[in-house]
Amino acid sequence: MTSRPKNLQTKALAGYRKPDRDTQPEYCYPPYASTVKRSPSQPLVVLPTTLSEVTGPLFGFDRIRPNDFDLTKQGNGDPIGERIVVSGRVLDSNARPVANTLVEIWQANAAGRYPHHRDNHNAPIDSNFPGCGRTLTDVQGRYRFVTIRPGEYPWRNHYNAWRPAHIHFSLFGPAFATRLVTQMYFPGDPLLEFDPMYTSVPSERARRRLVSKFDWETTIPEQALGYKFDIILRGRDETPFENDMKLPG
Amino acid sequence: MSLETTASQTIGPYLHIGLTWLVTDNIAAPGVVGDKVSIEGRVVDGDRMAVNDAIVEIWQANAHGRYAHPDDTQDKPLESAFKGFGRVTTDSDGVFRFTTIKPGRVPAQGEGLQAPHLNVTIFTRGLLKHLITRMYFPDESSNDDDPVLRRVPAERRATLIATPIEGKSTALRWNVVLQGENETVFFDY
Repeated sequence: MTSRPKNLQTKALAGYRKPDRDTQPEYCYPPYASTVKRSPSQPLVVLPTTLSEVTGPLFGFDRIRPNDFDLTKQGNGDPIGERIVVSGRVLDSNARPVANTLVEIWQANAAGRYPHHRDNHNAPIDSNFPGCGRTLTDVQGRYRFVTIRPGEYPWRNHYNAWRPAHIHFSLFGPAFATRLVTQMYFPGDPLLEFDPMYTSVPSERARRRLVSKFDWETTIPEQALGYKFDIILRGRDETPFENDMKLPG
Repeated sequence: MSLETTASQTIGPYLHIGLTWLVTDNIAAPGVVGDKVSIEGRVVDGDRMAVNDAIVEIWQANAHGRYAHPDDTQDKPLESAFKGFGRVTTDSDGVFRFTTIKPGRVPAQGEGLQAPHLNVTIFTRGLLKHLITRMYFPDESSNDDDPVLRRVPAERRATLIATPIEGKSTALRWNVVLQGENETVFFDY
């Protein structure tokens, strides 16, 4: 056995595959007005693969309470609205499950109102619906939330602008490189094609994958309709780059 | 088999509802060794207006230069209390604050070591994808050899290096300019 020099990484590092370009929005997309002054104007600098990119925060059950997955159980009574089950799998782009990863969600209530001091939409707040939840995926990458169907709501992006119904999702995955925040939409929503956040995604195929699917299998009789939403995080390169992490001698 | 990565979407203006439960503004838990440092900064947009609805996430190594992650197999100490994750929001003036310990040097690609740095992620309304950047430390001679800083055009490197507040190395300022003059360097990975 060769003894390795102390303090050097002893295995080659495989990087993370870049998403296909047309699956991700550009930073500046003028139909979504807020991008115009908040997007970088200089070219991005390409990072090499180092330990900083392939490691990342990991969270365990110590941070999650048992009912955190059920947004209908956060108040003193039942929230108003149509109960739904939102579930799916978190996979990487190599089709492998992403196990034990934190999934955070937040959404408007059934009337399209967030309990937030910056939301002044003239629709009722539901004191039984704080609108946030979290869970960890299981070993198969599966997650499941119980919630109510969020309402559409107006916003000031352009005249008569309305956001389609959506749920915000935040995921970490196994590495700094796999962080993803996205939004899940509902099938058949007539507002989708007018929504600049949705249309900011160049590929129609990638846009459609932000739309959940109605699902009989997860529908609970006399209780809640089921919607499926699978999320794909960046997967690892199968082989390390040749110039990654060469060891001396 | 290969699957297409899910599209990123903005965090929107109501991020606090879903994300403040995990706010962590002290990355150095009791029992974690290292030089304590407090960091504050302001996020501004292309008009120099405060970005009052941003979230800043930090990922860093401990003082020995080791990440709390199974893929970091270096033979260096790792305190069980050290997680290396921070999450803070900006206030009405666009200001964020956190305390941590200065990280040690972690390996670079190939041979050598990187200069101490924080890996930073910025989310806000108007960003359809998050931004990735790094914060480096002032008065750190290893900055000159850092393989990532060397990829950055020399005239823009200063945007990545914090500055001491009133000459103290334990209190640093690091502003984030999303666009325009002195625009912060953002990375593609």
